[in-house]
Amino acid sequence: MSRENVLVSAQWAEDNLETPGVVFVEVDEDTSAYETGHIPGAVKVDWKNELQDPVRRDFVDRAGFEKLLSEKGIANDDLVVLYGGNNNWFAAYAYWYFKLYGHETVKLLDGGRKKWELDGRPLSQDVVKRDETQYTAQEQNLKLRAFRDEVVDAIGTKNLVDVRSPDEFSGKLLAPAHLPQESAQRPGHVPSAINVPWAKAANEDGTFKSDDELREIYKEAGIDEAKATIAYCRIGERSSHTWFALHELLGYEDVKNYDGSWTEYGSLVGVPVETGTGKE
Amino acid sequence: MSSSCGAPDQAAPIAGAEGQTVLSGRVLSGEAPVGGAFVRLLDGNGDFTGEVVSSPDGEFRFYAAPGTWTVRALHRTGNGEASVQADGPGVHEVAVAVA
Repeated sequence: MSRENVLVSAQWAEDNLETPGVVFVEVDEDTSAYETGHIPGAVKVDWKNELQDPVRRDFVDRAGFEKLLSEKGIANDDLVVLYGGNNNWFAAYAYWYFKLYGHETVKLLDGGRKKWELDGRPLSQDVVKRDETQYTAQEQNLKLRAFRDEVVDAIGTKNLVDVRSPDEFSGKLLAPAHLPQESAQRPGHVPSAINVPWAKAANEDGTFKSDDELREIYKEAGIDEAKATIAYCRIGERSSHTWFALHELLGYEDVKNYDGSWTEYGSLVGVPVETGTGKE
Repeated sequence: MSSSCGAPDQAAPIAGAEGQTVLSGRVLSGEAPVGGAFVRLLDGNGDFTGEVVSSPDGEFRFYAAPGTWTVRALHRTGNGEASVQADGPGVHEVAVAVA
């Protein structure tokens, strides 16, 4: 896996805003950010209202994903370039969806909205309307997605990477520090998990660290490269960022994202939970 | 907003913060507020904890825990940082100058 296959630079993006067959898609945690200004020509995907099932806690199904992408004017052979705020959290989450549903050519804009804004690159408030397509999705590739029972079975056998902040990992906080504290029934982490906060993978400007730096970070944290890996966070978006670093940038073969993450695991009855730093 | 990871409006009144340790402040360039800055909260070890975007009036806030924190702001016009000591629950004010 090489970096050029999965990432584009802000300069490449600006140079290719009008290139046919390239579609820019903004996915934000703040779903109103797009309206305040977006990359010229980019369409918006709302991670909550468009990517989640409206009733069950799950993703839109295959037919729903096909309908969404068709309406957005995204074709199967388009190169989709995803970007968003908050260091690409939700763009990485959407990237993982696109891969789950078998879209072959999708890349992340390195640094996302933050790098774009810090560079002072152009933003537009123009309404973007693309012609509807007939998008066809594949069945979900479950090699990329972990469910709760698999996480319990992975305790002590696979790499479990908890990418939340140290205070969430230890049980001191239930949610990231910029959010009101609400979440699972119990704080803590999955026993045997190592804590490598997602932000370790990113530079201050939101771009990903180099492959050498990334490999060193995960090696030092105790990842066994010979074992399968499951990444999780609170609701599965920060762990998509780390999944991207491990699977797409470093090329580790068996890496899954546990999208149920701590909001599911920390509310399960009867499963083992650990608090503290995990290093005592 | 409860199930979202999106940060609440950074200029809204601080609600439901009773018993919580809140770091609240503004990003300034000289006397002028700086909106749209990326405001990063770093813990006592300098490790990243959270990030928000300042409101049009330069305001930001973090729901943290007691301790020593660094607030670092990035903006296309410049960067800056300030440290804040939160001894316990309540709202702790901090201003960050960027240049």
